Amino acid sequence: MAYTVPRPKLTFAEIIYLPSVIAGLRITLAHFIKMFRGKTHVAMQYPEEKWDSNFPAHYRGAPTLVADEHGRERCVACQLCEFICPPRAITIKPGELPETSRFAKVEKFPKEFEIDMIRCIYCGLCEEVCPEQAIFLRKDYAITGTSRAEMVHNKAKLYELGGVMDGLVNKWNEKK
Amino acid sequence: MDFLTDINWWFLVVTSLAKTVFVLVVVLTMVSYTVYAERRVSAFIQDRLGPNRVGIPLTMLGFKNDLKFQGLGQPIADALKLLLKEDFTPASANKFYYWLAPTLGIGSVIVSLAVIPFGSSLNLDFIFRPLLGHEFGPIPMVIANVNIGILFIFAISSLGVYGIVLAGWSGNSKYPFLGGIRSSSQMISYELALGLSVIPLFLIYEKLNLVDIVKYQVDNGWLLFPAFLHGNFSLGQNLLVIPVAISFVIFSVSMFAETNRLPFDLPEAEQELVGGYNTEYSSMKFALFFLGEYAAMIAGSAAIVTLFLGGWHFPFIPDGSSGWFWSIVNIGVFFAKIAVLLLIFIWVRWTLPRFRYDQLMQLGWIWFFEIALVNIFLTALILLLPN
Repeated sequence: MAYTVPRPKLTFAEIIYLPSVIAGLRITLAHFIKMFRGKTHVAMQYPEEKWDSNFPAHYRGAPTLVADEHGRERCVACQLCEFICPPRAITIKPGELPETSRFAKVEKFPKEFEIDMIRCIYCGLCEEVCPEQAIFLRKDYAITGTSRAEMVHNKAKLYELGGVMDGLVNKWNEKK
Repeated sequence: MDFLTDINWWFLVVTSLAKTVFVLVVVLTMVSYTVYAERRVSAFIQDRLGPNRVGIPLTMLGFKNDLKFQGLGQPIADALKLLLKEDFTPASANKFYYWLAPTLGIGSVIVSLAVIPFGSSLNLDFIFRPLLGHEFGPIPMVIANVNIGILFIFAISSLGVYGIVLAGWSGNSKYPFLGGIRSSSQMISYELALGLSVIPLFLIYEKLNLVDIVKYQVDNGWLLFPAFLHGNFSLGQNLLVIPVAISFVIFSVSMFAETNRLPFDLPEAEQELVGGYNTEYSSMKFALFFLGEYAAMIAGSAAIVTLFLGGWHFPFIPDGSSGWFWSIVNIGVFFAKIAVLLLIFIWVRWTLPRFRYDQLMQLGWIWFFEIALVNIFLTALILLLPN
């Protein structure tokens, strides 16, 4: 059976439409005046006001490399992050540690470690997959540059952004 | 043919040119700041802040902070942006009409401003006497004092629809085409109501010349508020307010439709027609349409002010014969009235939703057309009453 759309009986005021026009104008005027007198709570004015201090610990900003408390690089160039990275933003060139090195038993280190921030999607899989807890997503979110080359973070830049993080993995330390 | 030799032609040409430049500069500045006001008021109505940053970029000159002035530099930045954008002509467009359309759109509006008296009269003899050793008398503050006045505005402003139709058609694209068609049908249906709604005014004024119309209102009070502003308490005058108010509502609403403003902005209808008739336009040609639309708002407001709200007249402010200072005040009053009306235009735009197309046509043909017709007879009957 066909369904008949109910047509409500409109009153005269509703038919001539003008009362609702005036009601609408009153609402918008009230909003205007409230804003004009500075009573409206407006959105955060971004470059001047920032919410950075309220970021939670798990905030996923730019991926960075971290050093441990001895200033030693954690990354062992296992390349797991390079393989798991969905947009393939990470490029690692592993190198061999010389026998004479104090940390020779670690065997490998990244000669070059580049993250292309144009590609990075801030998913955090690199942080999740890293067995050495060497790569962390920090709280930097405004990653900008004026050229493509500038947007590729090299090893030095990554350590600069990452800084030092102590605790965590200790397996490469000397036995006590 | 005496009057031809009586006129000081050089003086007429120079003052007319000066007045034209003045009106153009004022109106174009008003247009750009109407756009700013539009964005700012809409933002306030929607609990946002709107453009509040562009000011004088002092940091570029080595200072520490920019001067922001609540974003009043925004129109300048917008204009610069539009000037620097690529002026793109689609390959499939009909080049001649594609280029002609924006010109028609804005030209018709600006020409219609010529007959509007934007002030009383300006007596600059205190400058001319020492400078030229000659007195010229008061200069009327209207570019072209023509006797058909308001009819001239109707005749010229209805040409504006050609701009829109040609823009829609020449781009060779379906959405602008639909926008152009909608616009033409809308403008034609509302022009009827617009024209009919001013006939009662002609009955009252008994003339079409806009300068004389304003003079009538100076003597008898603004047409919409005669008693309130002039202590004119005769029954006939007060009864006349009823048809005048009806005319005012019809005229203003039709003006909204004429200028394609919400709630009648079906030619643009972003959600349905991408950008409406100007979808295929970019850069300065788009800016001309934009300019034309806002200039049409200003011209429309100027017509409303002149016909219903007393033109440049304000109670207790003398006209230009009392000195050049007062003539400048009169000009200020006129543009202030326009600014208030423009704010109302903006306010209405950000309040009401768009009409459905059949509702729009119904409103134009079934309601306004008939009411305007009846209104003419109502006015005539009231005028027939013994005073």
